[in-house]
Amino acid sequence: MAKNKERSLSQHMAAKRTVRYIVLILLTVICLFPFYILIINSTRAHADINKGFSLIPGVWLVDNAKNLLKNGNLPVLRGMLNSLIVSAGTCILSTYFSALTAYAIHAYDFKGKKFAFTFILAIMMIPTQVTALGFVRFMNQLHLIDNFIPLIIPSIAAPTVFFFMKQYMESSLPLEIVEAARIDGAAEFRTFNSIIMPIMKPAIAVQAIFTFVNAWNNYFTPNLLLSKTKMKTLPILIAQLRGADFLKFDYGQVYMMIFISIVPVIIVYIALSKNIIQGIAVGAVKG
Amino acid sequence: MAAARSKKSKVVSYTKWGYIFLIPFFLVYLAFQIIPLFSTIYNSFFENYQSGLTQIGPNFVGIDNYISLIQTGDLIKYTGNTMVLWIAGFIPQILISLLLGVWFADNSCKVKAEGFFKTVIYMPNLIMASAFAMLFFTIFSDIGPVNQMLKSMGVIKEAYTFLNYTGSTVALVGSMNFLMWFGNTTILLMAGIMGIDTSLFEAASVDGATSGQTFVNITMPLLKPIFVYVLLTSLVGGIQMFDIPQILTNGDGSPDRTTMTLIMFLNKHLYSKNYGMAGALSVMLFVVTTILSVIIYRVTVKPDEY
Repeated sequence: MAKNKERSLSQHMAAKRTVRYIVLILLTVICLFPFYILIINSTRAHADINKGFSLIPGVWLVDNAKNLLKNGNLPVLRGMLNSLIVSAGTCILSTYFSALTAYAIHAYDFKGKKFAFTFILAIMMIPTQVTALGFVRFMNQLHLIDNFIPLIIPSIAAPTVFFFMKQYMESSLPLEIVEAARIDGAAEFRTFNSIIMPIMKPAIAVQAIFTFVNAWNNYFTPNLLLSKTKMKTLPILIAQLRGADFLKFDYGQVYMMIFISIVPVIIVYIALSKNIIQGIAVGAVKG
Repeated sequence: MAAARSKKSKVVSYTKWGYIFLIPFFLVYLAFQIIPLFSTIYNSFFENYQSGLTQIGPNFVGIDNYISLIQTGDLIKYTGNTMVLWIAGFIPQILISLLLGVWFADNSCKVKAEGFFKTVIYMPNLIMASAFAMLFFTIFSDIGPVNQMLKSMGVIKEAYTFLNYTGSTVALVGSMNFLMWFGNTTILLMAGIMGIDTSLFEAASVDGATSGQTFVNITMPLLKPIFVYVLLTSLVGGIQMFDIPQILTNGDGSPDRTTMTLIMFLNKHLYSKNYGMAGALSVMLFVVTTILSVIIYRVTVKPDEY
């Protein structure tokens, strides 16, 4: 009797596990399929793509890339460089200054500290789009249109990055370390740069990825600020591609353009996915 | 304990450094967010647009811009569109994420290669939304792979133009949002479920509760704060929906503006330099998102935390 029950239980377990595998594999296929088509079609010639769909890659990857780079209407290399400048700048400023802001709240006691902390948390969810009108007009007055400054400098005030850094300090930065540094006679700012920042490395690494990727993918604000062709970032070029007369396009180039915007991020993600996935839950709510 | 320890270290002479280190954040926030916010509110009370080559205004018109946004029905229409597009992605997202969250947190029936599955389902979240929308546009275009496959299988004779119908356009935007966000939600919910005291699950299993009963009576009630957090943050994200429908429909919200979202509408006004209308719309969105933010803050931050 007991044996029977055990067997039916293990059968039940096996069935449960099978269902889970089927659902997970199905979701994996759904997630990867669009990217599979992208990679396959990036390697095929325009004529082949038009003829029909194939699951086997072609040999046109390099030719498509060459054709795209020669295309005068889409300055892809320049776009990549622009995206890289904006993303790297955003990444450096927002991680460094968010750590500094979090350190101010974490390590010091001062009047208004509670207010400052509450304020930063409260503004965390307010979207930047709702102030875009004032922002663009203000940048216009400062003659900062077609300039990367208004895309990079505002990232110094990044509430979500700040919140992540604060959470990390609570769990991994005992104040004894700060005290020890003080006894050794280090100045406060030097303590932060030479002692606190190295301790924050794991948190900075995770946030560096997120801030970089967010800036790389950002479309709304850059689109309102950058109008000169040589200043455009990749998402703006993608939008331009969508707006162009589609039937006249070389499909090999279209897929190649999407490939260039997406694949670098996928490669970085695969290399660092462990850290990223651990980072998501930490930055969110606690219990 | 922690409080006592920190008291000792926070000697008076150091306090000024707390203020100094906060300066960059607040200075930048003031310049790039607060000033633009007030300028946006100020602009919302003026009639200020271009009609052809003539510049109209700026003339002070009080709350006329707000009234006209409501009276023309634009606000209601685009709010409705935005909500439909959000819900089309959110319902599958929350259902699949709950299911996967429970599965990943279930130690009695571990799947192999869990890390691989998590890596794959999270990946679309990091993809450039505009490029992803462009990819979907290409895949679902008249001569794209999907139409090619359907034709070669004999399902259809003529190409099906997905963007000609509201239903299929909503479905495309919903699927993209679902793909981009369900991995993220799964991981948040999983972390929440793993935070629940395991002895509760053991007790339920000893009492002979089915997995359905355990879910309804234990997991869901204890998961409520995180569930509410996910719902509200997703709603705020939904209100901001822009890149995907903008690129997919080339900013038209086709067919017949049925998939035009609030931010696409705002973007249109910003582009055509209708500052009064853009301002009024921005202020309304600001009020709504602020209210939602306060609610999120209330459910997330415990009162003793600072």
